[in-house]
Amino acid sequence: MSDATVKLSDAAIRRRMLAEFWFYFSQNRGAVLGLVVFLLLVLVAVCASLLAPHDPTMQYRDALLVPPVWEDGGRAGFILGTDAVGRDMLSRLIFGAQYSLFIGIVVVSIALVGGIVIGLIAGFFGGWVDTVIMRVMDVILAFPSLLLALVLVAVLGPGLTNAMIAIAIVYQPHFARLTRAAVMSEMKREYVTAARVAGAGNLRLMFRTILPNCLAPLIVQATLSFSSAVLDAAALGFLGMGAQPPAPEWGTMLAEAREFILRAWWVVTFPGLAILISVLAINLMGDGLRDALDPKLKRS
Amino acid sequence: MVRFILSKLLYLVPTFLGITIIAFSFVRILPGDPVLLMAGERGVTPERHAELTAQLGYDKHVVLQYFDFLGRLLQGDLGNSLVTKKPVLTEFLALFPATVELGLCAIIIATVIGVPVGVLAAIKRGSWFDQVSMTTALVGFSMPIFWWGLLLIIFFSGILGWTPVSGRISLMYFFPDVTGFMLIDSLISGQSGAFRSAISHLILPSVVLATIPLAVIARQTRSAMLEVMGEDYVRTARAKGMPASRVIGIHALRNAMIPVITTIGLQIGVLMAGAILTETIFSWPGIGKWMIDSISRRDYPVVQSGLLLIAGLVMLVNLLVDLTYGLINPRIRNK
Repeated sequence: MSDATVKLSDAAIRRRMLAEFWFYFSQNRGAVLGLVVFLLLVLVAVCASLLAPHDPTMQYRDALLVPPVWEDGGRAGFILGTDAVGRDMLSRLIFGAQYSLFIGIVVVSIALVGGIVIGLIAGFFGGWVDTVIMRVMDVILAFPSLLLALVLVAVLGPGLTNAMIAIAIVYQPHFARLTRAAVMSEMKREYVTAARVAGAGNLRLMFRTILPNCLAPLIVQATLSFSSAVLDAAALGFLGMGAQPPAPEWGTMLAEAREFILRAWWVVTFPGLAILISVLAINLMGDGLRDALDPKLKRS
Repeated sequence: MVRFILSKLLYLVPTFLGITIIAFSFVRILPGDPVLLMAGERGVTPERHAELTAQLGYDKHVVLQYFDFLGRLLQGDLGNSLVTKKPVLTEFLALFPATVELGLCAIIIATVIGVPVGVLAAIKRGSWFDQVSMTTALVGFSMPIFWWGLLLIIFFSGILGWTPVSGRISLMYFFPDVTGFMLIDSLISGQSGAFRSAISHLILPSVVLATIPLAVIARQTRSAMLEVMGEDYVRTARAKGMPASRVIGIHALRNAMIPVITTIGLQIGVLMAGAILTETIFSWPGIGKWMIDSISRRDYPVVQSGLLLIAGLVMLVNLLVDLTYGLINPRIRNK
């Protein structure tokens, strides 16, 4: 009889891995719902200028604090009403999606790349390099994240870019720690020794041999950090330290709406709801990713 | 145990020094002249500038400046506020009880609700209770608490008129500050209605601050319980015919509580970040609002020392959590 093993091409293996991933991910209904909402959010952000009925910064002086269309005094032109200076809420919310996604992507990218490089170096070289790096990470983690981000913004100056940099710096130790732990456990495996014996240099060992096998926990952490970044950036905006008016960032919109909370519920309710829905969708996705990528859960 | 405590303490020294370095460097990397920023003066003559530089010790080498800073710190001298001119430590100690009171109430609410909900969700895994409570927990975990606070104000203060919007107690009441904790002070003052007023002021901020820790504790308790309930010793206890309440109460719960206690302890850092937002929304006169106000007033000596004090505090609480963990789990202690 011929040999029963079938040799699969790399592409076929990748397809199978994806299919397996999707099988476990789709078992979690919440995660699929989260993914759908997230994709909708991306769509809204990408097509913002097509979808928004008005310019998000255009002030209609004859339509200040107009309630939503279903309330008494609502107007068909402003479905979700207008804010205190007559800007259309719906259009501002739609453009706000761009800010939130942009913030999430930038923060996670900076924190991820920084954390991976630092964690790889610490885990790979060990010894005093590891000790020094991890002590520095401990120091950063000793500060409550929002407080450190606030102080960093105070140093750098208020604004969206600086807020993103500050949040990324605060998140980076989480990635560094995870990478280091994963690298240290992978270093003991035989394939790493084999690659080393075959003559692979340090850089190749770090980035080509070890890193791809450490990605699962990092992907889950990246998803969770994405939602925290959206939340923290909104909090900084709310405290006047993030995106500056008239930017239609959801946290900044809430800060501007604060004084009208007892008079115009819609200016407060909708931006917060937008933040909650986005963060919830990403967290649902994160839960599903963890289920799909965690080998311990798969076997059970 | 003594060795365990000592090793943990020793481990903290470099972290604490790191925190002091960050707090020390903070003023020096601010845009602008650090001398003028720390003295809170502007447009001074060159003579006055030289005088201030010498007075603040900024004419020395930066390493010497750091050791001066560290020396003053160890003597409890954290500088004076530019706005109130009072020592930073005095201000901190005056406001600290307000934040502790709020934080304690929040952690009590979060634990008292979160642990039973998590246990019940684990026991009734897959039931409607499990699904509803865990969905609610995920919503709580995703909540922008500054918005949640505003919603509660709209509903309970605006529409129902049940609770006040801000502050710690109604202005009608005045009594001496004995413990700094409004609930205790109002009770011992003996004034009728004072305690009630303090509670009604405290309830909304505590609920807002408790939201995220509550969600985290409920989720963590559920997963810890599920893990423990799959262990062999629980199965053995069941096989012996032990009643379910004893299996869950004695075998499962006690072991599941170990990671839960750690989670509760680790929420202190989360609470401190949450206090900044909660205190700002409810004008609660605590450390969080003090830091925000100082940042916006450019009161840099307060920001510098406040940062140091808060990080030091979080570090100490984490140490206590570590020690408790070692106390209840000998496997960690003897490692």
